[in-house]
Amino acid sequence: MKRAAALLCAAAAALLLPCGALAAGSPEPQLSGVVAAIEANQLNLALQRVEALIAAHPNFRLAHLIRGDLLLARSRPLATFGNVMKTVPQEKVDDLRAEALVRLRALRDRPESDRLPRSILQLNAGQKHALLVDSRRSRLYVFENVDGHPHFVADYYVTLGKRGVDKTREGDQKTPIGVYHVTANLPRQKLSDFYGAGAYPINYPNEWDRRQGRNGYGIWVHGTPPDTYSRPPRASDGCIVLANPDLLSVGRFMQVGMTPVIIAEEVEWADAAAVQAERASLTQALEQWRRDWESRDTERYLGNYSQDFSSGSQNLAAWAAHKRAVNAGKAWIRVGLTQVSMLRYPNQANVVVVTFAQDYRSSNLANTVRKIQYWQKEDGRWRILYEGSV
Amino acid sequence: MPRLSVAVLAAGFVFASAAARADELAEAAQLLRSGQHQEAMERVNQVLAAKPADPQARFLKGLIYTEQGDTREAIEMFRKLTEDYPELPEPYNNLAVIYASQGQYEKARAALERSIRTHPSYATAYENLGDVYAKLASQAYDKALKLDSSNAGAQNKLALVRELVGNSPRSEAPVTVAAAEAKPATAKPAPAKTAPANPVLATPAPASPAATAATPATPASPAVATAAPATPAAPAMAAPTAADAEQDAVLASVKAWAEAWSRKDADAYLDFYAKDFRTPKGEARNEWEKARRQRIQAPKSISVTIESARVKRTGDASASVTFRQDYKSDLLSSRGLKTLMMVKAEDGRWLIQQEKVGN
Repeated sequence: MKRAAALLCAAAAALLLPCGALAAGSPEPQLSGVVAAIEANQLNLALQRVEALIAAHPNFRLAHLIRGDLLLARSRPLATFGNVMKTVPQEKVDDLRAEALVRLRALRDRPESDRLPRSILQLNAGQKHALLVDSRRSRLYVFENVDGHPHFVADYYVTLGKRGVDKTREGDQKTPIGVYHVTANLPRQKLSDFYGAGAYPINYPNEWDRRQGRNGYGIWVHGTPPDTYSRPPRASDGCIVLANPDLLSVGRFMQVGMTPVIIAEEVEWADAAAVQAERASLTQALEQWRRDWESRDTERYLGNYSQDFSSGSQNLAAWAAHKRAVNAGKAWIRVGLTQVSMLRYPNQANVVVVTFAQDYRSSNLANTVRKIQYWQKEDGRWRILYEGSV
Repeated sequence: MPRLSVAVLAAGFVFASAAARADELAEAAQLLRSGQHQEAMERVNQVLAAKPADPQARFLKGLIYTEQGDTREAIEMFRKLTEDYPELPEPYNNLAVIYASQGQYEKARAALERSIRTHPSYATAYENLGDVYAKLASQAYDKALKLDSSNAGAQNKLALVRELVGNSPRSEAPVTVAAAEAKPATAKPAPAKTAPANPVLATPAPASPAATAATPATPASPAVATAAPATPAAPAMAAPTAADAEQDAVLASVKAWAEAWSRKDADAYLDFYAKDFRTPKGEARNEWEKARRQRIQAPKSISVTIESARVKRTGDASASVTFRQDYKSDLLSSRGLKTLMMVKAEDGRWLIQQEKVGN
């Protein structure tokens, strides 16, 4: 019995620190209650708790596995966590072990209230929430936009691609890494059972992916088929899969065309001051670009662009030639920027995606467009790598 | 092998019976052990006619039903005993054994836990409970890994229905394995004598001192206690006593059947089934064949081994064979008792007329 407890605890490690908000109805607090009872060597209590967990979530396979262990421990010493005697496909057991580990780790390592994700520098007023995925932890974090700054709301277990992350090719069964947004809301009536409670496609491949020659399509945030509460941590063809109750919760935060979905290999957490400093420095660079444009000093304006700049088929030289020609005919230029969002691109050294509404007026032309720019910090200075309209 | 002594059994009884009745019951128990069920039953009924409430006699009657395969009557007998004598652990234990043989492990668990509550030192129930826990664990693992596709299907449907109607309560799906066909209609299979790895059936053994009950030998895979103390569960195949050539032919046929199955040779496998084979769920023969072919072809490899086979002639051209079947494939493995009702075809081959799982 002692041995059983030790084995299950080895999987769980030390647990049960007080935690921040957990999604309502999540099985994880109950799961941790089971593990706590096992740690305390109260195996009867553990069995009662796991049976209550199964009653609440009849298709939660991990709970069935632990129940199996607890029952078997009454019959013989356990050799391992998930002590399935039958000759079963070993990876199925491994999948459940992996799920146990990431779920319990998520409970232990709660986001600290004074730490912020380095990715979310600024949200625009229209973006009520932002979603952030940590692939190593198989976790999706929801942040609320409070005056442009992210406030942690809830987090959820997610399933990602079978072959991990950093998608490059169609069919590679990987989840992309990058800054995306939700492009549609597909209700369950239009979907097969496989997608569960609903689906939200994201805009992979985005302009940055295409620039890197990445392809593939059909990356969705979606639910789970009815025969299981959740899927293993690495099981999808690249989609981000949530348990159906979790998908419904997250769905309430989704605004089509607006809500950012940032997928990182590992979320970087920083203190508020560091995030604030970075936001200030980029805000200043953006303001400088705006002013340089208004100044009609085209060379000064072009100084904001990187040697590696491109926009569609234009490289920096073509872009420069075009801007010189256009600006030459202007008596005055006024540029207003509103609705600014700044999201750091995961896995890229110092690249931030900036979007805004651009109100452009000049002596001979006026228009309003939504723009997206990729800024990169090169030798201590922010420069534009990509610019396009949304 | 753990065995319940009559002393333990009697300790709980409030019966100061006449020596005559005790003798009659001892005789009935002896008849039961030698397989003379009918005679044993008559003797017990005589005792019960005089003393209908006699717990010892009722217990013995329950055992006779069990050995005859009359599970329903046996359950009823033991269940009533638990009501009338809730302080006795043995009827709970035997109820549990029958439930377990039907795959109703939760019921078996509940009965055994009550048995232990009445007698915390009751070794047989502990051992049986260990076995039942292992079975329950195995079922839990199946659910965890979704190994049993038929269960998975049921679960799917239930989950879907639940979502449509909202929060309607869901009754627990029964985890039956072989309960549907638990009652063998014709033959009197005596599965109890051979099959290891079934929970232990408590049986009265006359004249053992109480001390023996406290010293259970614990085999790695628990075995069914035989009713006859003199004949431990020897592998029946090792001692072919009768010079019955037909018996060998029956066994050879069963072996060849298992080999065809192991080779994944569906044609050869299906060839062992008689024309009038009774399909397990009464489905059409071609339906059943189709399903069998799929099940045989799905795994990459299959190994079926047969242990402790016992042949029982039930007529000139009919026999039943009970054995432990050990099925292993890359997808699934299962062990269990199986009984084949065999008939002799015109060409002399022994073919399967009916297949029963469990005892």
